[in-house]
Amino acid sequence: MYIVKRLLIMLLTIWVIASLTFLIMKFIPGDPFASDADVLPEEVLQNIRAKYNLDEPIAVQYVLYMRDLVTFDLGFSIQSETRSVNSIIADGAPASALLGLQALVIALALGLLLGIVAALNHNKVLDYASMFIAIIGISVPSFILAPLLIKYFAVEWGMLPVASWGTWQHSILPTLALAATPLAVIARFMRSSMLEVTNQNYIKTADAKGLSKTQLVIRHGIRNAILPVISFIGPLFVSLITGTFVIEKIFAIPGIGRYFVDSIFNRDYPVIMGTTIFFSVLLVVTLFIIDLSYRYIDPRIKLTSGGE
Amino acid sequence: MLERLLEVNNLEVSFKTYGGEVQAVRDVSFHVDKGEILAIVGESGSGKSVTVQSIMGLIPTPPGKIKNGEVLLEGQDLLKLSKRDMQKVKGSKISMVFQDPMTSLNPTMKVGKQIAESITTHQNIKGQEAKERAIDMIRRVGISNPAERYEQYPHEFSGGMRQRIMIAIALACHPKVLLADEPTTALDVTIQAQVLDLMKNLKDEMDTSIILITHDLGVVAETAERVAVMYGGMIVETAPVNELFHNPKHPYTWGLLESIPDIDAADKKRLVPIEGAPPDLFSPPKGCPFAPRCKYAMDVCVEEMPPAFSIDSGHEAKCWLNDSRSPALKELVAAGRQLS
Repeated sequence: MYIVKRLLIMLLTIWVIASLTFLIMKFIPGDPFASDADVLPEEVLQNIRAKYNLDEPIAVQYVLYMRDLVTFDLGFSIQSETRSVNSIIADGAPASALLGLQALVIALALGLLLGIVAALNHNKVLDYASMFIAIIGISVPSFILAPLLIKYFAVEWGMLPVASWGTWQHSILPTLALAATPLAVIARFMRSSMLEVTNQNYIKTADAKGLSKTQLVIRHGIRNAILPVISFIGPLFVSLITGTFVIEKIFAIPGIGRYFVDSIFNRDYPVIMGTTIFFSVLLVVTLFIIDLSYRYIDPRIKLTSGGE
Repeated sequence: MLERLLEVNNLEVSFKTYGGEVQAVRDVSFHVDKGEILAIVGESGSGKSVTVQSIMGLIPTPPGKIKNGEVLLEGQDLLKLSKRDMQKVKGSKISMVFQDPMTSLNPTMKVGKQIAESITTHQNIKGQEAKERAIDMIRRVGISNPAERYEQYPHEFSGGMRQRIMIAIALACHPKVLLADEPTTALDVTIQAQVLDLMKNLKDEMDTSIILITHDLGVVAETAERVAVMYGGMIVETAPVNELFHNPKHPYTWGLLESIPDIDAADKKRLVPIEGAPPDLFSPPKGCPFAPRCKYAMDVCVEEMPPAFSIDSGHEAKCWLNDSRSPALKELVAAGRQLS
């Protein structure tokens, strides 16, 4: 019952996002053919506009778009007429998703580790060292970090390819560049959460049982400390796997990150809608999965359709 | 003479804080015999909890520091043990029940597992057998449907039930000494009595000694065999429970006893407080810590720490009034002497 209710709410959410995006998009001045207006005769422009239904009132355009959306048809890109938005997403998503997943795994593994180590060595050298790394991760933007990585690992030491996409070696540098910031955020988050748990009474109870420090941390500390971090993983996961404009641009990766940005500049309406809806579907689904997983991680949370 | 199971000698514990060093426990000595219940009473901040937590090695160091003393369990000094050796003692020979059952259990671990963990840590028992032992412990602390309860989480238990689980965890390995740090303070009065009865019964069954920390003299009268009264980080009076209630020898104990509200009192008397505030443990007074609040204080009380005067067998009080040279109490009261 809970799941059915959630699924309906998810559909509603996506519909609201799609509608708002459509409206906002139409209110941006300009249209896809603004740059062609000087070159092409008025009649031709009229014809092209008619082809994309741009001559209809907004309400009609909206209904037409929604009709196609229901059948998962996202239409054709205006910029590159031969490509459907579905195929743009299908072509670009795998590279972005792989890159994002790798970055997420690294950010999680190292971030959690750094956070735990820092908390366990509170106010000691390792704590300061971990948080120093974390501060760097947060404050150095990826467009600085990426060229630096390329300069040393690829150009000076020749260990890894400079850019482009193909073998797993190609993915190492962009993954690192992409992972740095979320890694740092997770580390800081985990540290404070872990410090809070360490002061809880049940840790004292476990200590009084005669558990070793390792058992104490693994069995009683981490599981409780990780709860607040999990709610943060959902949006992070989605933003990582849907590609990042900067990293994909710098490393010349054929992902979908650039379509997010390019489509807006070009007023490529179907692509704007397609990528936005793709992003929101992923986000909504991921949040749903995270909510479901809470039930297994925190027994206090019972999923009910409210008011039980 | 009973066998001395646990002996604490000249224990001194301090904490470093930004305001300076707090002398939380100052030269505390006491002992517990086999199968005995010793109550430690005193007001908040008198050093009760710090004393028992030092026995368990639960004082965080830093900021805490055990500056002096020894804790002998069957002759072995626990303070000298390595961390690893101490882990073997914690939970198996000495265990502890804490004050607040609502926060003392891990919220994300099945209560049964939390009991079984204690067993698997100290005994060579694994898996199914540990589970059965844990279920048996749940039954022994008086919770029905133990097998079902094993699978539940702390939030599915009431406060009293959680404290029973805490007792099950503490007693799972049949420890020699159980340290109970205000185990009933956070519970309803009716539940308090049940939990105390349970502890007493299990103590007899398992032949465990109990050190019971409380500030409730009712609990002391019901449960304990001997009492140590703490004030300002020191034990000011020790006596068998009847002796303490009928023949107290320390003005602080008098104050404690007078401050108990009397439900049978015919006229509605005001409650009798002990006027004043506890001593500043950043710089403890060189004399008796209670002197500034004591109606009977003499010049010597401020100047010099009273030694432990032996009143009777097993009854000691650290108060100058018990010195043979001290003027009779009546005179003091008649003179209305009061030290500011």
